[in-house]
Amino acid sequence: MFLINCPFCGEREQSEFKAGGEAHIVRPKQPTELSDDEWAEYLFMRKNIKGVQFERWNHIHGCRKWFNMVRDTSNDQIKAVYKMGEKPPVK
Amino acid sequence: MSNNLRFKTSKFIDETYRVSFKFNNKTYFGFKGDTLASALLANGIHLVGRSFKYHRPRGIMTSGSEEPNAIIQLHDNSSRTEPNVRATEVEIYEGLVASSQNCWPSVNFDIGGINNLLSPILPAGFYYKTFMWPASFWEKYEYFIRKSAGLGKSPKVADPDIYEHNYIHCDVLVIGAGISGIMAAKMAAKNGFKTLLVDEKSYLGGSSIYDNSEFSKINNQLTSSWLEKEINEISKLENLEIKIRTSVAAYHGYNFLLARESLTDHLPINQRDNKVRHRLLKIRAKKVITATGSIERPLIFDNNDRPGILLSSAIKKYIDLYGVACGENNVLFTNNDTAYETAMSLIQRGIKINAIIDNREQVDSKICYEVEKNNIKIYKGFSVVDTYGYRRINKISIMKLSKDGQTVIGDKTKLNCDCLGVSGGWTPAVHLFTQSGGKLKFREEDQVFIPDVYPSDQISVGSCNGDFGLDEIIKNTLSSLKKFLNIDNSEYKTLEIISGLNQSKRNIWLLPSDKTIGKTKSFVDYQNDATSKDIKLALREGFRSIEHVKRYTTTGMGTDQGKLGNMHALGIISETAGTKMGEHGTTTFRPPYTPLTFGTIVGRNVGEFFDIFRRTPIHDWHVKNNAEFENVGQWKRAWYYPKENENMHQAVQRESKAARDSAGILDASTLGKIDIQGTDASEFLNRVYTNAWSKLAVGKCRYGLMLNEDGMVYDDGVTTRLGENHYIMTTTTGGAANVLGKLEDYLQTEWPELDVYLSSVTDHYATISVCGPNSKKIVSKVIPDLDFSDENFPHMSFKNAKIGNIKCKVMRISFTGEQSYEINIQANFGKSVWEKCMDAGKDFNITPYGTETMHLLRAEKGFIIVGQDTDATLTPIDLQMDWIVSKKKYDFIGKRSLYRSDTIREDRKQLVGLLTENPEEVLEEGAQIVSDVKKSPIEMLGHVTSSYYSPNLKKSIALGVVKSGKNMLGQKLIIPMENKNINVIVADPVFFDKEGKRLNAKL
Repeated sequence: MFLINCPFCGEREQSEFKAGGEAHIVRPKQPTELSDDEWAEYLFMRKNIKGVQFERWNHIHGCRKWFNMVRDTSNDQIKAVYKMGEKPPVK
Repeated sequence: MSNNLRFKTSKFIDETYRVSFKFNNKTYFGFKGDTLASALLANGIHLVGRSFKYHRPRGIMTSGSEEPNAIIQLHDNSSRTEPNVRATEVEIYEGLVASSQNCWPSVNFDIGGINNLLSPILPAGFYYKTFMWPASFWEKYEYFIRKSAGLGKSPKVADPDIYEHNYIHCDVLVIGAGISGIMAAKMAAKNGFKTLLVDEKSYLGGSSIYDNSEFSKINNQLTSSWLEKEINEISKLENLEIKIRTSVAAYHGYNFLLARESLTDHLPINQRDNKVRHRLLKIRAKKVITATGSIERPLIFDNNDRPGILLSSAIKKYIDLYGVACGENNVLFTNNDTAYETAMSLIQRGIKINAIIDNREQVDSKICYEVEKNNIKIYKGFSVVDTYGYRRINKISIMKLSKDGQTVIGDKTKLNCDCLGVSGGWTPAVHLFTQSGGKLKFREEDQVFIPDVYPSDQISVGSCNGDFGLDEIIKNTLSSLKKFLNIDNSEYKTLEIISGLNQSKRNIWLLPSDKTIGKTKSFVDYQNDATSKDIKLALREGFRSIEHVKRYTTTGMGTDQGKLGNMHALGIISETAGTKMGEHGTTTFRPPYTPLTFGTIVGRNVGEFFDIFRRTPIHDWHVKNNAEFENVGQWKRAWYYPKENENMHQAVQRESKAARDSAGILDASTLGKIDIQGTDASEFLNRVYTNAWSKLAVGKCRYGLMLNEDGMVYDDGVTTRLGENHYIMTTTTGGAANVLGKLEDYLQTEWPELDVYLSSVTDHYATISVCGPNSKKIVSKVIPDLDFSDENFPHMSFKNAKIGNIKCKVMRISFTGEQSYEINIQANFGKSVWEKCMDAGKDFNITPYGTETMHLLRAEKGFIIVGQDTDATLTPIDLQMDWIVSKKKYDFIGKRSLYRSDTIREDRKQLVGLLTENPEEVLEEGAQIVSDVKKSPIEMLGHVTSSYYSPNLKKSIALGVVKSGKNMLGQKLIIPMENKNINVIVADPVFFDKEGKRLNAKL
């Protein structure tokens, strides 16, 4: 079970958090102007990387804030956590 | 008790404390300090069980948690009965009752033993190959196979014991209290680390605590004496907590570990009441030191499984720790020096050693010379080729090994013995290390896998790290701990260590036989009866991956998870396939290291704590008034209120009728309520609901439908505008938490610019819904100060009011189609206001109704229930709710998806009403809907989602989803049931009061 360093609360057990899928997928500002394929790209297509992945997490049983995490899925090492809207601190 | 077998010199056994116990209905005696295994051996009993597949007699093989054979049923026929318990781990107590498993009628005479004779036709994969044809017969085969499968009996009644869970945080966790674990704990604790030391045994010190050999000494003291002083010292350290009988079951990422602390299993039954039996420790450690030691390997030769064949280290432990001799005429069979330590222990007690069979040609360490000096015959370069004796070994035959170790040559010699100790070297116990994600490397010299890459802040020390000699263990433990803990002071001044063993080994995974392999039974996995023959067969049949061979032969799949034989299986695979061990890797080590009881896993979450539930503030009234309850989300909701002998149907019919005829009252407190405030609250609602919100006047209510981005209906409910920038949203009972989460997600991540604040207020309010033609009269009595006239208080509006001093929010909204008022009050006034309503409604036959009646009434009106009539595959258009989807709004969640190529298909499943041809016939919810039952395969058009008998319409009504259902109005469809086909007509989903007159009817 991970120890996750919530950017608002500090280090907490994974059981306090909820994973929220891939990060940095921005909801299109003008969905109506997108083709079916473009909309489907936003709606359905997600990466499933073995290695470094950018993820959304929610401190659901804590401050309830969403934040981003950089995690290596091959060994579960958390490389960084950062607030929504911030640029990833690692590549 | 045979005196010949017990040596009254062990300080670990309290000979003044005699303990009686029963095994297979016979009473025996042992002493305090014995395990069931040591006590049975002291009584001359080796045969304790039958093997899983061939029902071969099996005896005690080891002295610890790695035991594959001596697994027994504890506490026969009681609520505490427990199968598959290792006799080697059970500390005996007064009144212990145990019996053999997997045998009938008895362990001495077992009918299933016939499988042993049939073994030539029961090879690996026998079941897969034999019971495949004809496929339709599988159900018949399965019955018999299941009957013969499984070990032991599970308890039939509730477990009387208490279990609990406990969180522990520490700087350093040391797993294993052998010599390196003790040293590690001392170094950590003395250097300021808050340290926890755990060991699965009932004593500290591991195998060194009974190491009285003159050949391995520390500072010129016996290892055992030196270690005893160390233990004495650490037990006084304040910074160190020590837990014995504590087995680490799992090592997860980020140094999170699970351990089981056993607290009462060693006590007499009558001392266990009201005490916690097992505690599951959830340990989060900053640093972990694994000192789990190593497990002696058996040797793989023909008939290597007879009772009386033990690991040589086990024989030594039974003598030195328990004072028990496993046999009176011993033979040791080894490929390394370990067995000579056992020999020295036997010699010291004057127990006969008939011979030592050593694979090696050269045997030249000090200890070997010493054994030889005692006139023990050592057969160098020999191997055991067969063993004899059915219920106990009585003879072995040996032959000379060829130079390359691939064959046996020369004459066969037979030797008598009643106990054979085997030693194939040692396997580091790397289970926990690999569970944590650690990577192993293979060390060719002595053919062991050892830790290589650590995934977290941890280290392995001692023999689990591949250090086997005492000098090596101590030297390497000290140096690696200094580095790991980043300390200068090791707490240990120069230690002088003498080690009389050398580490030479002649490793032959599968020992050769004079017979062809097909005629041998060389067991690799004792518990699952997998032999070397099976592994070779699997390879011949094309299996290459170890994981596949494992599953095909079941090697390593017993309750012992192959702690003894897995390495041999790997060795035989790589030898046979001509590949390298290191390249194969190992099979996956999975938690738990040793089996856990279900009680340990569940802890206190049993009975009413199994799943927590929520009660409304009015719950007690429902209980008092005979309500039956239904679980909705985590809530207990009143389902219906049977009167006298009413069944559910009768109660629901009465309640439904009363609600339309006069008045009904419902506890709606469970509905999710979200308080929404902020200058952008209206804009926010515009974006999350399909309809428009900007123009909703203050004091008005509106129904809203919420979609997912994929356009599918997610939740619904009425939202009320309390002020210019203030709304209260209601959600479905089950969806409340998820809706709040979804709204927060959008606010925080997509629309952070919006000035909107959300709070869950579900628990803050009690909600009482009074409906029916007389509802207005009732609520007017309850809230006399409020003007309930239709002019002042029309449908879909809201008023603040007071009941005495109690503030309340009243909404005139309806889920039943009747005039209906929802009174929201602070939760703790819920019950008193409910009672006031009941009182006020007395003259109007006010009838409390539950969720079932609510469902029926709304179905009459064709109102959907999200999650019952929808299942995340239906758009509002599919639900014939086009009216609620705004055409004007530029965007809302899910809008774009409503005209994807898939969502605009005409033949999507759509919500329709269904009327049965026979109005008395009520459909089953979930039943399939078809149009043609003659054409095979029958095309499934949809299913019934809601179905009731309507007392107000006096006929059966149903809702369902049907492909292209919108265009089928008036068409006949068929509901095929087990014994009959039911004809239905597709209808409008609104069955009752289509015009909605009753909402405003003047009565």
